[in-house]
Amino acid sequence: MSDQSRDLSQGRTNVPVGGSQAPAQQTISGSKGLDFAEPLIFELGEDGRTGVDLADVKVSDNRLGGLRRKDKVGLPGLSEPQVVRHYTRLSQKNYGIDSGFYPLGSCTMKHNPRVNEKIARLKGLGDLHPMQPTSTAQGALELIDTLAHWIKTLCAMPAVAMSPAAGAHGELCGMMAIKAALEDRGEADVRKRVLVPESAHGTNPATAAACGFSVDSIPATERGRVDFAAFKAKLGPDVAGIMLTNPNTCGLFENEVIEIADAIHDAGGYFYCDGANFNAIVGRVRPGDLGIDCMHLNLHKTFSTPHGGGGPGAGPVVLSEALAPFAPLPYIVHGKDGFDLVEHKADSDAKPFGRLKGYHGQMGVFIRALAFMMSHGADGLRQASSDAVLNANYLRAELQDQMSVSFDGMCMHEVLFDDHFLKDTGVTTLDFAKAMIDEGFHPMTMYFPLVVHGALLMEPTESEAKETLDLYIKTLRGLNARAQSGDAQFFKNAPVLTPRRRLDETAAARKPVLRWSPDAN
Amino acid sequence: MRYLPHTEQDRKDMLDAIGAKTVEDLYCDVPQKALLQAPVDLPLAVGEMEVERTFSAMAAKNLSPSIAPSFLGAGAYRHHVPATVDYMVQRGEFLTAYTPYQPEVSQGTLQYLFEFQTQVALLTGMEVANASMYDGATATAEAVLMAARATRRNRAVLAGGLHAHYFDVTKTSAHSLNIELVHPDSDPTRPADPASVIDLIDDNTACVVVQSPDMFGRIIDLRPIAEAAHAKGALVVAVTTEIVSLGLLEAPGNLGADIVTAEGQSLGIALSYGGPYVGLFATTSKLVRQMPGRVTGQTQDVEGQRGWVLTLSTREQHIRREKATSNICTNAGLCALAFTIHASLLGEEGLSRLARLNHANACTLADKLAAIDGVELMNDSFFNEFTVKLSQPAEEVVEALAKRGILGGVPLTRLLPDRNDLKNYMLVAVTETNTDADMTALVQALEEILS
Amino acid sequence: MSLKFTKDHEWINLDGDIATVGVTAYALGQLGDLVFVEVPDEGRMLSKGDEAAVVESVKAASEVYAPVSGEVIEGNAGIADDPATVSGDPAEDGWFFKIRLSDPSELDDLMDEEEYDVYVESLD
Repeated sequence: MSDQSRDLSQGRTNVPVGGSQAPAQQTISGSKGLDFAEPLIFELGEDGRTGVDLADVKVSDNRLGGLRRKDKVGLPGLSEPQVVRHYTRLSQKNYGIDSGFYPLGSCTMKHNPRVNEKIARLKGLGDLHPMQPTSTAQGALELIDTLAHWIKTLCAMPAVAMSPAAGAHGELCGMMAIKAALEDRGEADVRKRVLVPESAHGTNPATAAACGFSVDSIPATERGRVDFAAFKAKLGPDVAGIMLTNPNTCGLFENEVIEIADAIHDAGGYFYCDGANFNAIVGRVRPGDLGIDCMHLNLHKTFSTPHGGGGPGAGPVVLSEALAPFAPLPYIVHGKDGFDLVEHKADSDAKPFGRLKGYHGQMGVFIRALAFMMSHGADGLRQASSDAVLNANYLRAELQDQMSVSFDGMCMHEVLFDDHFLKDTGVTTLDFAKAMIDEGFHPMTMYFPLVVHGALLMEPTESEAKETLDLYIKTLRGLNARAQSGDAQFFKNAPVLTPRRRLDETAAARKPVLRWSPDAN
Repeated sequence: MRYLPHTEQDRKDMLDAIGAKTVEDLYCDVPQKALLQAPVDLPLAVGEMEVERTFSAMAAKNLSPSIAPSFLGAGAYRHHVPATVDYMVQRGEFLTAYTPYQPEVSQGTLQYLFEFQTQVALLTGMEVANASMYDGATATAEAVLMAARATRRNRAVLAGGLHAHYFDVTKTSAHSLNIELVHPDSDPTRPADPASVIDLIDDNTACVVVQSPDMFGRIIDLRPIAEAAHAKGALVVAVTTEIVSLGLLEAPGNLGADIVTAEGQSLGIALSYGGPYVGLFATTSKLVRQMPGRVTGQTQDVEGQRGWVLTLSTREQHIRREKATSNICTNAGLCALAFTIHASLLGEEGLSRLARLNHANACTLADKLAAIDGVELMNDSFFNEFTVKLSQPAEEVVEALAKRGILGGVPLTRLLPDRNDLKNYMLVAVTETNTDADMTALVQALEEILS
Repeated sequence: MSLKFTKDHEWINLDGDIATVGVTAYALGQLGDLVFVEVPDEGRMLSKGDEAAVVESVKAASEVYAPVSGEVIEGNAGIADDPATVSGDPAEDGWFFKIRLSDPSELDDLMDEEEYDVYVESLD
C-alpha cells in the first residue's frame, strides 16, 4: 500500500476534544486511551500478507472463456490479528442495545438473546443449502411452518407469506397481494388510489408508488388519530385500500380501527396494516380481530432478531382469506411425505402473484424469532407487550410536566413529544438529542412522525428495568433545566465526548466520497 | 421470564406513577371486544435448555451439508468461513446497533460500510457501490427499475442464462410498474450466443441484464452485448451469483457494465437455507443519484476529523416518500460486515488463491464426471459450477444420491419446472470445501446409480 | 425588472418573452444548505406545472415546477456544478432556468412582490 498508510493516526487532527467540558489532551498516536484512531482497512495492508492459509494452486485459462482477470482487485493484505484488531476497534465506536438504553421510536430496540445466535448456528440449520432436496430439509420446513403457526395464532389470521426480507419488503408483498386481488376482480385499472395517513412512515407511500398506485394523504385529528370523517370522504370506487399503522406512529391506538376496516371494505378496498408497532399489542390484541386484510411483522423489531447496524430483517405478511390465494412463492404445504415447498406457479393450485426474493425467506432470522417466541411462550409475550406499554407510559407520566407530550391520554409502547417545551430556548430537537449522547443514552427518534413539530419519539421496550428508566428521566429533566436556563451553546456543541463530534452532512452530500481510492485519501 | 426485568412491585409502582390501576387501563383505547382477556392458544414459556432441545431436534431431521459431501450451488455456495468472521460479527456493538442514524456513536458501522462499498466497487470494477441490498435477486430487480428511471424507458432484455429466481423477482417488480421484460429461452445445451440477446435490444430498451457465470455456469463475454446495448442508449446490468469468481475473472466494470449486481453470500455468510444473504449493487458515479439503498459517505466533523455519515438520503423513502428511488429502508448490515471481514482476511492474495482453488477443484470434478458413462459435461467454460446431462432424470438421481448421504447437485427443473426437455440436466458446484474423498464419493455413487 | 412570484416559491424575472426562473429566499431558507441541483436541458418543452428542476438539501428534496409554459432556452449549469451559488435574489446569478413563454397570459395568475410578501407572512 502507499506510504501514507504508515501514518496510523490518519484522520486525526489531534484537536483537543470537549470544548469547555473536557480537559485538552493531545497524543502522539492520535488515539485517546480506549478511543483509538483507526485508519481504513485499505490504509493498513501490505502486499504479500494474508489472513487465510489457502493452497497456492495454478490454473490454466482453458476453461475461463478468455476472461481471466488481468489486473489486481486492489484489496489490501492483512494478517488475522490485524483484522481482528481493526474490527474490534471499529466496534468500540458503536452504540448498541448491549451498550445502553436505545429508546429509538418505531424501531423496537429490545434485548437480543444470545441463545438465539447459538441456535441459528446449529449444524443442520445454519449450514443448510436452500436447494437441497426437501426430503433432506424436513426439519427446516417444520421450523418455518411452526413459526408461521405462531404468527398466524398471534394475529388471528388464516395465512402468512414468509419470504419478505424486511418490513418495507413486507409492505411490497402486501400491496402486491392487494393489486393481484384487484386484478383478479378485474378492477386493477380502476382502483388506483391508496389512502395513507400523513403520519405514516415514508415506506408506506414509497411502497404504494412502487406498486403503481397513487397516494392520497389522510389528515390526522388533534388527538393524533386518523380523521375518520376526512377518511370516509375520500372513499370511492377508485380506492384500492388504506395503509394504516396501528398502533400508529404517534404511539396511539387507532380507536376507530374497526370502523375504518368496515368502511374500507364497504367501499370495496383492502386494509393494509403496517405492523411496525406490533410490540405494543402482542398477545393482547389480534389484528385479525380488527378487520385487517394484511399486515407485515418486523421480526427484527417485535421478535428481537438483531438489527445488525441496519439489517438483515424479515417481514412476514399475514393475509386474510381474501388475499391468501395471492400469496407469493414459495410457500410450504403439508404433502403426503411430509412438508413440501411450492416454488413455481405451475405447481400451485392458488394464484401467487410472483416471487419476492431468491430462495425461501430469511431462515436465519426465522430461527432467532421462533426461539424468542418459544422462550416467552404465550404468557411471556403477553407480559412483554404490556411491560413495553407500561414503560412508555411511565416515561410519559414522569416527563410530561417538563417536556411537551403531543397528545393526551394513554400511549401504547412509545410516547411522542414535540419541541414546544424548547420554544425560545434556542435549543432544537436535534441539539437536545445530541446532548443525550454525551450522557450515555442513544437519542430517541427525531423529526418523525411529521405531524408534530420537532418530534421526539421514545420507545423504551420491555427490556428496560425501572432503574434505567429512572436515570433516563433524571437525565432528561436535568438537560431540560439546562436548556431552560439559557445555555443553548452547551447543546449546540454536543456531543463532545464521542469518537467523532457533529459531522458535516452538507459537505458529504455536495461532493459525495463513497469509497476509498488510492489517490484521493 | 429472564428477559423481563420488572418485579411485581416495580409494575405496581409504575402504574401508581401513571395513575392507572391495572395494565388493562393502559389499553383503554382498544375496542373492548378486541381486547384479549387471556393468553392466546400457544405453548407457555420454557427455559433456555428446552428451547435448545427443540431446535436441535429439528436440526437433526435435516441432512447437514457440513457432514454430507455437498455439490449444491445455483446461486448459493458453501465456502469455508474463517472463525474470525463469526466471532467479530457477534460483538454486541455491531450485532445490536440500529441503522447508523446518529453518526457520532455509529462510526464503527459507518466505517465498515464505507470499507464494504469500496471492496464491492473494487471487485466489480465499478466507481461506486451502495451499503448492500437484501440479496442478489432483489438487487437485480432494483437495477432494472433504476435503469428504467435513468433512461426513461420501460423495456428490459434479460439474457437466457439469468438465474430463474432473479428473473422471477425482476418480473414481479416490473409487473407493478408496467416494465416490459423480454428474454430468449434458456438453452444450456449449446454455448451461450450473444446474438440471442443483442437481437432483442431496441430503441426503447432501458437495459440488458446478463449474468456471468450464468445460471448454467458458463462464463459470458459481456463486451459484444455491451457494445450493442450502448449503441441503442441502453444500460448494461451485469449479474454474478458467485462473487468469489471475480478473484479469477475479469471485473464486469472492465467489460462495459453500467450497473453490477451480485449475491455476496459466498464471502462470510452462512448458507442458512437461503437467507439472510447480502445483495451487492455497484454503478457509475454518473448514475449514483438514481441508485437505490443506503449509502455511506466520507466527511469531517466540526474539529476537522475524518468521519462517515449516511448520505444522499434524499433518494430515499423517508424523505421522498412516494417519489423515492426505492421503498427500501434497511440493508443487510450485519451480512455486509461479515462480507467485509472475510474479504479483509482474504486480501488480494487470499482471494486469488480461493478463486483458483475453486476453479481447480471444479476442473478436477468436471473431468471425473465426464468420464462416467451416462454423464455428459455441457460447459466449455465455467468457474466453480457446471451443467451435466445425465442418462436419467436429474431429480431422481438427486434423490438417490441423497439416500446415499450425498447432496449431489441441483436438477435444472427445480429452477425451470416447465422445461421438461431439461429434466436430465443437473447443476454441480464445487468449492474449496470439497475434498478428494467428497468427489470420489460422488463419482462412485453416480456410477452405481447410472449403471 | 418585472418580477412575478408563485405559491410554490418561485420568482420569475421577465425580459420580453424570456422568463428567468429561480427559487425565493424564503423557500431556500426552509430547505437549508443545498447539496444538489438539477436544471432542465435546453430545448425542453415545459407546460405550466411540469417538474422542471430539482433541489435537494441534506434532509429535504423538492421539485421546482414550471411557473409558465414554454421552451427552455438555458439551464443554469453554474448552480448545478456548485449548489452553494443558488440565490433567492433575482439580481444575482443563482437562477435555475430561462424559458421562452408560449402563453404570456399565464403570467396573469402570478403574484407580484407585494402579494408574495403577504402570502409568505400568512404561512408563518
